[in-house]
Amino acid sequence: MDDVALRVDGNALAGELSEVFSQDVTVARVACGGCGTVERLGADHAYIQAPGMVLRCCHCDNVLLVMVRAGDRLRMSLAGSRWIDL
Amino acid sequence: MARAAVRGRLSWTLGDVVELIDETPRVRTIALDVPEWPGHRAGQHVDVRLTAEDGYQAQRSYSIASAPEDDRLAITVEALPDGEVSSYLVGELRVGDKLELRGPIGGYFVWEAERTEPLLLVAGGSGMVPLMSMIRHRHAAGATVPTKLLFSSRAWEDVIYREELERLALASDGFEVIQTLTRMPPDGWTGYTRRVDAAMLSDVGWSASAMPASFVCGPTPFVEAVASTLVLLGHAASTIKTERFGPTGG
Amino acid sequence: MTGYVSRGFHGKREAERENARVPPGQYIVRDFPVLSAGPTPHTPTAEWTFAVVGGARQPTTWTWEEFRALPSEEIRADIHCVTKWTKLDTIWQGVSVDTLLEGIDHNATHVLAFSDGDYTTNLPLEDVSDGKAWVAFGYDGEPLAPEHGGPARLLVPHLYFWKSAKWVRGLQLMDHDEAGFWESYGYHMYGDPWREQRYAGD
Repeated sequence: MDDVALRVDGNALAGELSEVFSQDVTVARVACGGCGTVERLGADHAYIQAPGMVLRCCHCDNVLLVMVRAGDRLRMSLAGSRWIDL
Repeated sequence: MARAAVRGRLSWTLGDVVELIDETPRVRTIALDVPEWPGHRAGQHVDVRLTAEDGYQAQRSYSIASAPEDDRLAITVEALPDGEVSSYLVGELRVGDKLELRGPIGGYFVWEAERTEPLLLVAGGSGMVPLMSMIRHRHAAGATVPTKLLFSSRAWEDVIYREELERLALASDGFEVIQTLTRMPPDGWTGYTRRVDAAMLSDVGWSASAMPASFVCGPTPFVEAVASTLVLLGHAASTIKTERFGPTGG
Repeated sequence: MTGYVSRGFHGKREAERENARVPPGQYIVRDFPVLSAGPTPHTPTAEWTFAVVGGARQPTTWTWEEFRALPSEEIRADIHCVTKWTKLDTIWQGVSVDTLLEGIDHNATHVLAFSDGDYTTNLPLEDVSDGKAWVAFGYDGEPLAPEHGGPARLLVPHLYFWKSAKWVRGLQLMDHDEAGFWESYGYHMYGDPWREQRYAGD
C-alpha cells in the first residue's frame, strides 16, 4: 500500500465533523497556520486511518485539524489553522 | 457561489433496504427507503455503520448513486478483497434488512444542474458512483450543458451502469461517454485500451479556454494523476474537484 | 457508541475471548494494517541519522552505517494497536535501546521519541530500558518498509503501538513526562494495553 493511497480529501472528514458543526464544513475556508494558504477544507488532505483523524494542508502538510474520539468524548483541535470561516 | 447549508447536526438514522441490484459480479446497488430523508445534492455521500451483536462497529463512507430527484436513496458498493463492510453489503445484506446511515454529507464535491459551464467527469472504477448521481440529476433536470464522461474500468464486465450510460449517451442532449478499459477489451471495442494519461485527457477533455468544471473520482493515485494532468493542460486548480477513495473502502 | 445491530454482521475478527495473549477490547488480525497521521516520509539511509539528545554532553548520533554496525537481535512480539487490532508473533530485527543509551550520562526519567514528519511520543525511561524496547530496521526478515516506519521505527511492544514511533530519528532525554502528538490530543500518557489505557483518564 503506497503512501499516496492513504490520504483522502478533507471531504472524508465531513461525516465526523457534521456531529460538531451544523454547517457543512467541507466548503469552509481554512487558513493554514504554517504557510498561510487559504483552501476549502474539502480540498485539504485527510488521514482517516489513524488513532484519530488528521487534516493537513494540501500545500505544506502542516496539521490543520485533529479529531480524536475517546470513548464518548470527542476532542478536536484547530490549533494548526490560523482561522476557519464557517 | 456557496449555498448556505443550514441543516442542523446530522445523526444516525435507519433506512429500509427495498431493492438490491447486482451491477457486476462484485458491485451491487442498494436502494433504501429512509424516513424523513432531507434530500441530497448530486455528489454527496453517506456514512454507513454496521454493529455486531457484541458491540463491534465498522463504519465506511459510500457515495450516493441516485439523483436528488429519485424517490429512493441508492448507494453503489464494490466488494473489496478482505473488505469487512463491503463484503457484508454486497454478499449478506437482504431486502427487508435495515441499514444505519448518516447523511447527506459533503458540500465540496457536488454539482447542480443550474450550472452552465461545460462539465468534465473522470471516473476510475467505483469512482463512477458520485458522478452517476450527477449524470442522473442532469438528465432528470432536463439540463443540456455539454458534458463529457471519461470512464476507466478494468474489463467490460466491470463497467458499472453500462447499459444506462449507453442509453443516456444516445439522448442527444449534449452528453458524451468515452470509455477506456485497462484489461483485454471485447471484440469490436472502439474505446481506449490503456490507463488514463495526458494524451487521452488532452484528446477527450475540454480545452482550458472552455473553462469547464471538472470532477475526478476514484482511487487516490488515479485521482491525483488525473488532477495534476488537468492542471498541466492549463485548467485552473480551483475548477477541478476531487474525491479520492483512498486505497480501499473496506 | 451504541448502534443498530446489523443482522448477520460479524466483522473480520477471530474468536479471541479464550486467548490470554489478547488484551481486553482487542481483535486479532492476520494482515498488518497501516495507520498514518500524515504522508510517509522517505528519508534515504544516506541522510538518516539517529540521535540521543539531552544528556550531559553533546548529542550522541549515529549514521545509518554506524547504527547498523551496532549489535542487533531478532525480536518476536505481539503488538496491540489502540484502534483495537492485535497481531501475534510479529518478527523484527533491531538494536536494543539499552545499546543506544549505554554510556550516556544523564538523569532522565522520561524520553520523548521524535520522528520525521514531526511525530512525537513520550515514554518513561524504564519502559525503554532493560530489554523492553528497540529501534527496529527489519520486519519479517526484510528491511522495514516505509509505510510501516522504515528505515527504522521504535518498537515498544508492551505498550499500545502508537508508542512505537514510525520513522524514528531520535530520543530526547527528559526530566519530566511531556505529552507527544497523540497524547496531546487526549490519548493516554502511558498506554498499557492490559489496563486498556487508551485515552487520558482511563
